[in-house]
Amino acid sequence: MNQSDFIKVITPFKDRVFRLAKRLLVSTEEAEDATQEVLVKLWNNKGKLESYSSVEALAMTMTKNYCLDQLKSKRATEMRIVHNNYSDRQAGLQQQAEDRDSWSWVEKIMETLPEQQKMILQMRDIEQYEFEEIAKIMDMNETAVRVALSRARKTLREQLAKTHSYGIKSN
Amino acid sequence: MELRVIEKLLEKYFNAETTIAEEKDLKLYFSSPDVVPHLEQYRPLFGYFSQQEEQKFDKTLPLKTKRHYGRWMSVAASVVLLGGLLTFYNTQPAEEDLGTYDDPEVAFRETQKALQMLSTNVNIGMGSVHQVGKEYEKTTKQIIKEKRKEHHVEQKSKE
Repeated sequence: MNQSDFIKVITPFKDRVFRLAKRLLVSTEEAEDATQEVLVKLWNNKGKLESYSSVEALAMTMTKNYCLDQLKSKRATEMRIVHNNYSDRQAGLQQQAEDRDSWSWVEKIMETLPEQQKMILQMRDIEQYEFEEIAKIMDMNETAVRVALSRARKTLREQLAKTHSYGIKSN
Repeated sequence: MELRVIEKLLEKYFNAETTIAEEKDLKLYFSSPDVVPHLEQYRPLFGYFSQQEEQKFDKTLPLKTKRHYGRWMSVAASVVLLGGLLTFYNTQPAEEDLGTYDDPEVAFRETQKALQMLSTNVNIGMGSVHQVGKEYEKTTKQIIKEKRKEHHVEQKSKE
């Protein structure tokens, strides 16, 4: 497999890898690094790629694992800089203008979801994967995927209803 | 699309029972300008999902570098190793060839001379080794004395 063959293989899904990484890591820069990491890893193992039924599912699984690892090590350091977190929230006050944008509300609510639900919601409602594919990537059965997805969607609905009625009351 | 259909779909959607096609219908409905007021609150949700599909990864990938570098490094290493071995084996026999004597008597005398030289040098060496030995004993004794003194002082200070 040469370089242009490889590019052909990854082009259909490289944006999805990036978006999943961004969903989990939030920062664009970190998501770009994660995407690079995963794609270069695929390139280094390009000889074995033909033995996988779906390179895309493999890439998504690798992305999931890589990002969860990143978050784990990040959280370990964050525990020590609690004060920094606090001042960060203060800076959030200045972003209230942005918060009024309804899309960013959805994004904020989505950020509060547990990682598993976040990933499933991302893969279903944004990437439009079938349940079978999601189950494979997440290493779960389809029923469990449906349950988690339903929970995530309902949380979004509840939280959005709250912000919606809050907006009405404060007016 | 009929409002009742949409409401049904929404219910299925939150139970995670909709198909991809049905979810596309929902996205389409909520992207239109005439969403009924009581469903207005869901508009940002589907709008956000559609907008998120647009994000692209367009950084270049650092491909190709690692592998070939490694391959060439191994070639270079084996060339160096081979060169080293070759020069080693080429110089070895030259050192072994020290010359010979034809006349046995001359050979005997030369051997004696060589042995003589060896023994005198060994004696010189032994002399200095003895001296080192004496010095060593002296210093160990001194160290032991000092240690004892320290020990006494410590014990006194404890008391």
